[in-house]
Amino acid sequence: MIEGKAHVASLDAEHELAIEDPSGLKSPVEEPSARRRLTLNMGPQHPSTHGVLRVVLELDGETIIKARPEIGYLHTGIEKECEAKRYQQVVPLTDRVDYLSNLNNNLCYSLAVERLLGLEIPLMAQWMRVMLCELQRVSSHLVWLGTHAMDVGAMTVYFYTFREREEILKIFEMFSGQRMMTSYIRPGGLALEPPRGWHKVVSRAVEGLVRGVEEYHELLTANPIWVNRTKGIGMLPVDVLLDLAVTGPVLRAAGVKTDARKDRPHSSYDQFDFEVPTRTANDVYARYEVRMEEMRQSVRIIRQALEGMPNGAWQADAPHILLPDREKMKTQMEALIYHFKIVTEGYRVPAGSVYQVVESPRGELGYYVVSDGTANPHRVFMRTPSFGNLQALGAMIEGVLVADAIPIMASLDFVLGDTDR
Amino acid sequence: MLPEVAANDPTAVLIDQLFPGAITAGKMDLGELSLTIEANQIVEVCRTLKEDAAFERLSAVTAVDWWPREPRFEVVYLLHSIRHNARLRLNVRVRDGEAVESVCPVWRGANWYERETFDLFGIPFRNHPNLERIMMPADWEGHPLRKDYPKHGHRYSYRDE
Repeated sequence: MIEGKAHVASLDAEHELAIEDPSGLKSPVEEPSARRRLTLNMGPQHPSTHGVLRVVLELDGETIIKARPEIGYLHTGIEKECEAKRYQQVVPLTDRVDYLSNLNNNLCYSLAVERLLGLEIPLMAQWMRVMLCELQRVSSHLVWLGTHAMDVGAMTVYFYTFREREEILKIFEMFSGQRMMTSYIRPGGLALEPPRGWHKVVSRAVEGLVRGVEEYHELLTANPIWVNRTKGIGMLPVDVLLDLAVTGPVLRAAGVKTDARKDRPHSSYDQFDFEVPTRTANDVYARYEVRMEEMRQSVRIIRQALEGMPNGAWQADAPHILLPDREKMKTQMEALIYHFKIVTEGYRVPAGSVYQVVESPRGELGYYVVSDGTANPHRVFMRTPSFGNLQALGAMIEGVLVADAIPIMASLDFVLGDTDR
Repeated sequence: MLPEVAANDPTAVLIDQLFPGAITAGKMDLGELSLTIEANQIVEVCRTLKEDAAFERLSAVTAVDWWPREPRFEVVYLLHSIRHNARLRLNVRVRDGEAVESVCPVWRGANWYERETFDLFGIPFRNHPNLERIMMPADWEGHPLRKDYPKHGHRYSYRDE
């Protein structure tokens, strides 16, 4: 081993001098030398970066000395685009921010606009939103789990999680006509009436989810390779995590119990019985445990929604904000006028500003919407969880082996669309 | 002088006692308190809020461009206290080209948010450890989220192709 290293060092003229050191105390092999450091580009096209993230690594052998995440490769100027759109036209843009939790983004934006408008949402629409957002949380966690397991070499889990995810995407397609970019939650309620037979389809999917989560649990929780690859890495002190604006499962795995669904209940989340799982181990494995438990809790919420879904309207009674029914448009003059007004000039939102927070699968998702009283938002700022969480990446992977950096990155569960907007 | 809406808020009262005159305005928007802070006192106010009022987290830093009004920019700090389950917004009004003191010494997490605000609005932050562009390429001209920056018609626009 030492001979091999000496051979590498002997290529260096300076080290050759050191080898000739008669005392033999100044070993060129053990001496850390800045010249032996290697700068490595991880990404932007690297499968384990889950998107276009570039991390500039400074390596000493296999150890990461310094890591500098570079973002912005997916910056599409969504916030600028929002300012040129009318309030109702922004909804499809929010889908494209975090493409794994579209409905949570729809919900957050809709809640912000509804608060500015002072709009009450019927209970049924609220419960439907909760149910769909929890389905979205599970589907997002399924993508995370599948890719995370694949990153550390467990290929099988990926196929299982994508099997269950497909069922959830079919539900979204049934509700909205779209598998991913649903735009189903809009200011004022839902985009369309819930389809006939949704109850049966969701119930069946939930049964599959329960079985699925137990299957992943059996595959991974006690799997020695999985445990060895994930335990005891990626730890940062809690105060550093708080300092670095880290949120969501990463923070909860460090023992901080904070969840926007409990802290500031919106959409009647306070009527549901669920728990916020926390762990104290603070490592990659604890994050896995937290997210697995979150999936079980989401299933619990979905079941409660299935049992107690109230009857009623799926949209608020606000004809000046919501597009009228197609049939009414053909028979009623008022409906036609409202339709014309909404399509040509939109609706005005009272001046003011609001910061609405929801719990996205990745953490604190906040929309800061500023209205100047016109039909276009003056400013839409998206406080996305991936941006905050990714800031901690550098601190987390400095000093660890390159091989450990991969599960650490996967455990942060960032989406680059969410980071760069 | 503490504005009326903030008179009953213990956090605002605390800041007003320690830094008289730092709060220049206050607004209660849909149940959310936002305080306008004197630009040169923002770091001290933030440090006090973090250490004495348990605002452990800085959720984000961003800005709003009120062009052509003056002062043009409003830098917004979104604070969160997990212990008290409270949220607070701080605003700082700055003119074009005026720098704001960085709050990175208080919360390390302000780093990327201030870089983003600098990149997209062109508001410089003093004493920032690494004030570079973060979203746009390093050689980009202009700051896209300014209101006088066109959505189309920039020289890199692909509209005519």
